[in-house]
Amino acid sequence: MITLFDYELSSDCYQARLALAVLGLHYSRVDVEFYPGREHETEWFTELSPLQQLPVLRDEHTTLYDAQAILVYLAARHDATGTWLPRRDPVLVGEVTQWLGLSRALASSAGAARLHESLGHVTDVTAARARAHTLLRTLDEHLWFGEQEGRSWLCAADHPTIADLAVFPDVALSEEGGVSRIDYPAVRRWTDRVKRIDGFVPRSGLFPGGSAAAPWPR
Amino acid sequence: MPTPPCTDPVVLNLWHPLSAVAETAAGQDHTTTLLEEQIGYAWSPDAGARAWRTGATQHQLPTLVRYGYIWTSLGTPPKDLFSIPEYDEPDRRNMNASTIGVHVSAPRAIENFLDMAHFPFVHTDVLGSEPHTEVVEYDVDVSAERDEVLATRCRMFQPKASASSSAGAEVEYVYRVPHPYCSILYKTSGDDPGRKDVIAVFLQPVDQEHVRAHLLLSVLDDAHEDKEIRNFQQSIFGQDKPILENQFPKRLPLDPRSETPIRADKSAVAYRRWLSGKGITYGVIPAGR
Ligand SMILES: [Fe+2]
Repeated sequence: MITLFDYELSSDCYQARLALAVLGLHYSRVDVEFYPGREHETEWFTELSPLQQLPVLRDEHTTLYDAQAILVYLAARHDATGTWLPRRDPVLVGEVTQWLGLSRALASSAGAARLHESLGHVTDVTAARARAHTLLRTLDEHLWFGEQEGRSWLCAADHPTIADLAVFPDVALSEEGGVSRIDYPAVRRWTDRVKRIDGFVPRSGLFPGGSAAAPWPR
Repeated sequence: MPTPPCTDPVVLNLWHPLSAVAETAAGQDHTTTLLEEQIGYAWSPDAGARAWRTGATQHQLPTLVRYGYIWTSLGTPPKDLFSIPEYDEPDRRNMNASTIGVHVSAPRAIENFLDMAHFPFVHTDVLGSEPHTEVVEYDVDVSAERDEVLATRCRMFQPKASASSSAGAEVEYVYRVPHPYCSILYKTSGDDPGRKDVIAVFLQPVDQEHVRAHLLLSVLDDAHEDKEIRNFQQSIFGQDKPILENQFPKRLPLDPRSETPIRADKSAVAYRRWLSGKGITYGVIPAGR
């Protein structure tokens, strides 16, 4: 039985929910209120997650507290197709790991800007946004060249991998941190493709299909 | 476009929320932005609330503690705040669901709060669902005595009206707008259909196009933990946030010809007219400009 310790509005938690969904795994949720309850700082949660990080995944006797580690574990353990983490292909394993690193960099830039805007977290928001734009530009260029070669996903495979699931949340929510994606058309086409992955689940504030944050016509 | 500091006397004289008491560490100084000014504030159970412009600690601003929030004013505020009598009922659960920064003007956020037509599309399968998309005829009044906009008999079929609902039901709403930047809604309680849950949004204008949205809950619910009740509302608000942030223009146009009202927008029309009548200029595009 898989248990996810989850806060709905966290993009790291959303990565884990996405992976569980596309892998078609049943799991139970334990809600950990990051705000305003600061439940991640409680003693019981710190025992599970010493760095007080969300999400936490528990599966049988395994407990993991890092979003990217959770994606790697879920794909390695529960993906019969072997496509989400192509372990047999060293190049793909390297690529996946590289993009997992970029998802972390996005969390500390685009994600930090979002937390600054919505929850008033103290951060150098100008620097965070500048860094997020550097990452998005890199991503846009990579995806654009990929499209020229007939590649739809982050890694050089004809199917999505956990890299796409890891990078998607902070990209798709970037506008909330004041980081516009208007200059990154290849990124926008890629987010639309991710939303069409079989089993994709939306998050509060993201609409399935269509572009995120389409204005409600009045 | 840089926004000018607030010179609107109506807005300067209002009470504005700064923070939920529950989220204010007692005895410490905190800062926040109100109407483009840096405001310091503190609270303790013994001394109550204090507020000041940063850099002018000796000059105290007026304060109130109401509905679990610290309020202040940069002008000459009325003696008291609008009343929410339900808040004092002993069996109610009162809490701040969240204080969230949103890139939108306060009046736009109020207008979204009043609008039920978006429920089936934005809060799909929670506060509304297709094909039940019609907003039935409802009543809007501006009470001269209480100086507030009142919308009554607003009904909608809701698949999951609150944390405590297990099945869909037709739910009745009443909306009050007793303050240009604050609104209170009453909706049929899942626990006690004879009474109503209260959800209020108090918008702290950071500048003309940014707010901190404080969401007060005063609900009847014996079954759920506080965090479950808050989580439900946070998730709803998470759905509204991108809608709010994509409104254009960010300030609310008050010219009646500026946006075509549809029938469901009757309360929005009354709200805009009420703001115009007050001569509000902050956070809006006044008529005739
Ligand atoms: Fe809404």
